[in-house]
Amino acid sequence: MAKVFIYPTTSLILSDLVARFGHQPLSAALQVREKIQTAGLESPPLQITPEDPKKGLKYAAVEVPSGVRGRMSLYGPMIEEAEAAVIIHDADFSFGCMGCARTNELIQFLLRKREIPILDIRYPRSDDEGVEFVAAIRKFLQDLPGGGA
Amino acid sequence: MSKVRIAQLACGPEYSGVQNEIAEAARSVDAEIFFPDITLKDIRSGYDMFGLDVRSPDLKLAIARARALVEGKVEADAVFIATCFRCAEAAIVRNELRRYIHENSRLPVVSYSFTERTTAGTLLTRMEALTTIARRRALLAREVQEGLTLGVDSGSSTTKAVVMRDNQIIGTGWLPTTAVLKSAEDVIELALKEAGVTRDEIQATGTTGYGRFLVGEKIGADLIQEELTVNSKGAVYLADSQHGPSTVIDIGGMDNKAISVQDGIPGTFTMGGICAGASGRFLEMTAKRLGVDITELGPLAMKGMSTMVPMNSYCIVFGTQSLVNALAAGSSPEDVAAAACHSVAEQVFEQQLQEVDIKEPVIMVGGTSLIQGLVRAMGDLLQTEIVVPHHSQYIGAVGSSLLASGFIKGT
Repeated sequence: MAKVFIYPTTSLILSDLVARFGHQPLSAALQVREKIQTAGLESPPLQITPEDPKKGLKYAAVEVPSGVRGRMSLYGPMIEEAEAAVIIHDADFSFGCMGCARTNELIQFLLRKREIPILDIRYPRSDDEGVEFVAAIRKFLQDLPGGGA
Repeated sequence: MSKVRIAQLACGPEYSGVQNEIAEAARSVDAEIFFPDITLKDIRSGYDMFGLDVRSPDLKLAIARARALVEGKVEADAVFIATCFRCAEAAIVRNELRRYIHENSRLPVVSYSFTERTTAGTLLTRMEALTTIARRRALLAREVQEGLTLGVDSGSSTTKAVVMRDNQIIGTGWLPTTAVLKSAEDVIELALKEAGVTRDEIQATGTTGYGRFLVGEKIGADLIQEELTVNSKGAVYLADSQHGPSTVIDIGGMDNKAISVQDGIPGTFTMGGICAGASGRFLEMTAKRLGVDITELGPLAMKGMSTMVPMNSYCIVFGTQSLVNALAAGSSPEDVAAAACHSVAEQVFEQQLQEVDIKEPVIMVGGTSLIQGLVRAMGDLLQTEIVVPHHSQYIGAVGSSLLASGFIKGT
C-alpha cells in the first residue's frame, strides 16, 4: 500500500479510486456541492487560525500571500508524506477544485521535487477519453507497491 | 433597517485565518457577512461573460458572485471584497470587481487586502462606513445644516470642534490630540466661546474620528459616525459640490482616505497606506527636521523644486534617510520641503488613488490640505486643479455638525 497524494485534493472520485486499488489517498476529502454556500470553491469549514499561515512558512516565504501559506500548512505535510501522486490537469469544478492557482503551482512543484512516481493526466472531455483516463489511473495505481483490486 | 447584509467576494481569508475577523467586524456594526449563493453553472457562465481570464478558481467564483449581485440574482446591502495582500492576480480582480460593482449598481463597496495579521479592529471603520451608507442614506442626503449643532472630530493627530448655526460655521476649536477626552473638552470650549453660545443651547451633537466612541459617549452625542462618510459629506458640503460626482482626498496624520463620492454619498473608498511615510506624520517630521513650523512647510515647498531631491517616503524610515542625506549633501530646505510633499502625494497616488475612480472635482481636506506644496504636488500628479474648501482642516467636525442637525426634532 502506498500513500498517494491526489490533485485536486478535494476530489472524492479520485480519492475513492485510489482507495479501491488498495492505497491510502492523501486528500482533503471534502465535499464540493452543486450549490456553493460557503466561502471558497473548495469550501472546507476549516478551523484555520492566523497561526497556520505561519506554519506554512516552512513551504513558502513570508512575501508569499497568507492564503497560499495557510493552504500549504495543510497540504505541505501531505506532500512530505506522499509516496506517489496522481495529478489531474484542467479538472472540471465538479470533479474537484482547489481555489488558489499559486498554491496549486507550488503543490505540483513540491511533489515533483520529491521524485516520487507521479501520474500527470488531463481531465477527460469525452466518453472515450474518460475510459482512457480511468484505465491510465488504474494502471498507475496497480503498478505501485501493494497495488491491487 | 435590520441587520445590514454585506456580500463577501473573496479569495483566501478562510485559509489566512481571518474570516472570523471579517465576520466579527461586521457583527460589531450590526451587520452580517454572507456569501452569495450561486450554482456551478453560474460560476462558469459568470466569469466567462465577465471576460477576465484568471487562473484561481476562487477568483472566478468571486467574479461570478459579483455578476449575480449586479444582475440582482442575489440581494445585498453592501459588498466587501477581500483578497490576500501581495497577490497580483487577486489585486487585478479586486480592482476590476470594485469598479464593475460601482459602475453597475448602487451597492456601496469596499475592498481590502489582508494578511494573517488583519484584525476585526483594522476592518471596523470600513465596515462601519459600509453599513452607514446602506443604513443611513436618508441622513447622508442632508444638504443643509439647521439649528445650532456641534461637531467634534477626535483625530489621531489633532482634535477639532465646530459650532454651526443655520448653515453657517460660527465657532471653531483646534488642538493637538493628547489625552483624548481632555483634548475634546478643550476644543469644544474654544468653539463654544468663539460662537458665543453655551453647551446647553446646543441642539444636537455629532462625533467622528478615532476617538469618536469615547468622546461621543462622554458628551452624549446624537451621532457617532466614522470619518469616511462624515468627511466626504463635509467635503462636498464645503466645496459646494453636493450633486454629481467628486473625489475626496484626506491625507491624515495616521492614515489616508480616498473616497469616490456621488451626490454626497461615498461609493467606493480606500483607507490606509503602507506606512506613515505616506501620511501627514512624515510632513510633520520633515518640518521638524527643517526647523520650521508645520504651517510654514507649505509655503517653503512652493518655493522649491521637488525634482532636485531624490526622496521616496514609501517607508518613513527610508524617507527620513533621504531627508537627512539631501540636507547633508547641501540641498536647500525649499527643495527638500517640495520633495517631501511630492513624495507623500506620490505614495497616496500610487497606493490609494489607483483604487478609486478619480472624478472631478478633486477635493482635498484635513489639516494637510493647508500645506500648499502638498496640494500642488497632488494636482500635478492628477493633472487637475485641486479644490481646497474653506475650513478644510475642520472637515470631520463640519460633517458631524451638518449630519447631527438631522437629529434635531422637527428638522
